[in-house]
Amino acid sequence: MSDSKNSWPLWEVFIRSKQGLGHKHVGSLHAADAEMAIGNARDVYTRRQEGVSIWVVPAENITASSPENAEALFDPANDKVYRHPTFFVLPDEVNHM
Amino acid sequence: MIRTLEQFDAYVAAEKKIEPKDWMPDGYRKTLIRQISQHAHSEVVGMLPEGNWITRAPSLQRKAILLAKVQDEAGHGLYLYSAAETLGVERADLIDDLLSGKAKYSSIFNYPVLTWADIGAIGWLVDGAAIMNQVPLCRCSYGPYSRSMIRVCKEESFHQRQGYSIMVELMKGNEAQREMAQDALNRWWWPSLMMFGPSDKDSEHSSQNMTWKIKRFTNDELRQRMVDMTVPQAECIGLKMPDKDLKWNEETGHHDFGEINWDEFYNVLAGNGPCNKERLAVRNKAHHDGAWVREAAVAYAKKNQKIRA
Repeated sequence: MSDSKNSWPLWEVFIRSKQGLGHKHVGSLHAADAEMAIGNARDVYTRRQEGVSIWVVPAENITASSPENAEALFDPANDKVYRHPTFFVLPDEVNHM
Repeated sequence: MIRTLEQFDAYVAAEKKIEPKDWMPDGYRKTLIRQISQHAHSEVVGMLPEGNWITRAPSLQRKAILLAKVQDEAGHGLYLYSAAETLGVERADLIDDLLSGKAKYSSIFNYPVLTWADIGAIGWLVDGAAIMNQVPLCRCSYGPYSRSMIRVCKEESFHQRQGYSIMVELMKGNEAQREMAQDALNRWWWPSLMMFGPSDKDSEHSSQNMTWKIKRFTNDELRQRMVDMTVPQAECIGLKMPDKDLKWNEETGHHDFGEINWDEFYNVLAGNGPCNKERLAVRNKAHHDGAWVREAAVAYAKKNQKIRA
């Protein structure tokens, strides 16, 4: 039953839900080529007007960071609270800055 | 980050989500692959009984609605296969397991759809039971499954309402139409209750899945909710529940109901329901008849790549 084995590649799908917002990952699908991937994404992920624009990307072309590097990548931000404005206490007389 | 079983358990217990590349116990991965793929198969096979009625829907509007519902089921299957694949399985292998009969799908789709009222009963009861099962899955600890279920649940309540509205319409009709609706309820009620799976005392997967937050409520808890929800909906349109033991229990604040025929449940599960063979045969035929289309699409894509290169 391996006729399905010569299968269509996997594509990741990103949808812009309305003008002014960025494309957001919604899931994946299989398609023989990019054009079919757009068509399938339209049928699978936008049946109820969820989108005004679609990106499809071959899943194999996505490079992702690994959870193993999460600490090295993201923890250094932990001790830099001064990057947030609330770190700085303003004199009472100054209401907004 | 998660490196050990203890860390994993603590992480899940704190209601944090597990994502595809995170470390997870083999049992968690296997359970999810089994559950998500069976769920996907159920959506796909679920199209067959209803698909048969698209050309026989009683009006153009009902036809368009049923068509949209069946298309949704296809979409739900695809969201779920997509979630399963994040766990490191190939979709082609999952589909092969469905076609060979190795993988299970929901037994409810092995019952025949005899009249138009059955389409009403399926939307109302079968999709109703599915919603009852799926709403807690929106909070499942595995991110991709949880996100798929949120999409599915948003779409599913249209399915239940369209089914109930068919029953409402029939109950406003003539004697024959009301009998047709009652007959459909009589046949679909018990199998719908069986959709929640074995009784808690016989359920093998429950407790570990609760700890892993794949499951939030037990089979019996969800079944009780289904009964409590459905009884007033049936009464409201003049349908009679096909259960002589059904009665309101003032003390518990729930309905007591009769014993499920578990022999029937296990018999259909074992492949001996009225339509098990037919459903798999139809699915296999569609898959094999479509093989040339899939191959042609690959050949076309390869040819275009060469032209561009």
